[in-house]
Amino acid sequence: MIEVNELTKRYGSTTAVNALTFTVRPGHVTGFLGPNGAGKSTTLRMILGLNRPTSGTATVSGRQFRDHPRGLRHVGALLDATAVHGGRSAYAHLWALARSNRIPRHQVDEVLQEVGLANAARRRIGGYSLGMKQRLGIATALLGDPPVLLFDEPLNGLDPEGVLWVRGLFRRLAAEGRTVLVSSHLMSEMENTADQLIVIGRGELIAAESLTEFAARGTGASVTVRTHEPDALAALVTAHDALVRPDGEGTLNVAGLNAARIGELAFQHGIPLSELTTRSASLEQAFMDLTADHVEYRAGESR
Amino acid sequence: MTTPTTTVRATAPEPRPQFRDLLAAEWVKLWSLRSIRWTFALSAAALILFTTNGVLADYRNWPSNSPQLRASYPAAGYEDIFVPGAAMVLMLVTGSIGAITVVGEYASGLARTTFTAVPARGSLMAAKALVVAAATFAYGALVAAASFTVAQAVLSGRHINLSIGHPGALRAVLASALLAPVCALIGMSIGAILRHTATTMVTTAALLLLVPEFFDERHHWTAAIAHTMPYLAWQRLWRLDELGFPPGIHYPSTATEAWIALAAWPLVAVPVATLVVRRRDM
Repeated sequence: MIEVNELTKRYGSTTAVNALTFTVRPGHVTGFLGPNGAGKSTTLRMILGLNRPTSGTATVSGRQFRDHPRGLRHVGALLDATAVHGGRSAYAHLWALARSNRIPRHQVDEVLQEVGLANAARRRIGGYSLGMKQRLGIATALLGDPPVLLFDEPLNGLDPEGVLWVRGLFRRLAAEGRTVLVSSHLMSEMENTADQLIVIGRGELIAAESLTEFAARGTGASVTVRTHEPDALAALVTAHDALVRPDGEGTLNVAGLNAARIGELAFQHGIPLSELTTRSASLEQAFMDLTADHVEYRAGESR
Repeated sequence: MTTPTTTVRATAPEPRPQFRDLLAAEWVKLWSLRSIRWTFALSAAALILFTTNGVLADYRNWPSNSPQLRASYPAAGYEDIFVPGAAMVLMLVTGSIGAITVVGEYASGLARTTFTAVPARGSLMAAKALVVAAATFAYGALVAAASFTVAQAVLSGRHINLSIGHPGALRAVLASALLAPVCALIGMSIGAILRHTATTMVTTAALLLLVPEFFDERHHWTAAIAHTMPYLAWQRLWRLDELGFPPGIHYPSTATEAWIALAAWPLVAVPVATLVVRRRDM
């Protein structure tokens, strides 16, 4: 369990994180989502005691993480997969960390096996691909068999097979009763990874809810209708308080009425339909709508 | 997505944290870097050759030396115990090694992983300092002892060799050996404070080798500063007392002051660096 309470971080006049309050519960994969510069990494660093909050608290299992003399058995973290010394082998990297926490050597072999790096373990990390470094970072997080795991952008650089593997791993870790927090700036990455979401923008909390609830926030579903008589249909549904937008030759985009009702109306008035499809608003759209006011860096914006 | 049924995990009891675990981990980190191993090995060979080269010149020149000069031996041969050029290179190498042990972690961001594994930052810095000091002292002792042995073996061909029992000879070897951990800990501390690779290297080199050039021992106040410099403290301990002081040194330091200067640097630098690391955001 991670509890963040009124957490605030200011750097001079810049507020990176502003009165953030949320709880990450065990047994779930929780997505930590926000545009670039939203304050995700700063928040993770404060949870890990790397940065001191200006005010507020962050606790892991009821304690400030920094109060633990050794950390690996309490929290496993992947902050930046490229933050490794290229001159060391994966094995030496993990062994040094394990040794500092008195974690037995066989756990190093086990996590290397787990992430699929057993055969590359004696090679220098400098020669690793980004995907392999991500796997090493995940191995580092798993080393102490911790109840709480934090992953900052863990899917960067992974191939499709790797992405599937990571998603399965996260679900398994959550099913084992662990707290799993995964940050990302891409909603699409979270769609099949997380079941709970914490969304922040410009350092402030925007949403903390389940993925299903979040999806329902989207600007509403619309229905695509194709017909030989678009004008007649448009007049009909408009009369029933729907919003109609032409969407190409003989195609209408209808909002405000569901597909069943549109089909019913068309049947009653003898308008033949060749297509009737519900378009649910994507999570991506819901995310964009919600964070639109909280984007730190926007393309084409005069500053 | 349905919530998976959660099982309560029984976390294995955590062993009591011990300082020696951190020492062992830092030891693994130091020696698992091939670049560090090569730096130690190649620079040790180069330093011993440096002194060997100097002593071979003295050996060859011996027949043409004036009778007065000959009479001043074997004490005048103290320079061959460890030539000043070798001492300067030793300072640069060990200062850089000390700096690399922290800057390497900061520059790559690995320090965040390290401090997540060990939130007790003060203990970690202490362990790193001890490991760096132990490794560089062993290195300095090996280089100084080997240089002395080789040089005196060459000079024995002219029957002008110093024995280690000669007054001041052991002190010179010991000071040369200790110069290594002193400079390594200074480099390490500067690295922890500055965190940036190039800035750290330039600052370390300037502090160790350039600053002493500005302070001579002609005036009382410049001498007071000069006496704190590791290089000049080493020179004081390296030169045999029976030779007196070279011209231009009007305010010499005592040997005790020189030992204190060598010890004071790491004893001040490491705690200051630790304080900075403990307080600073990562």
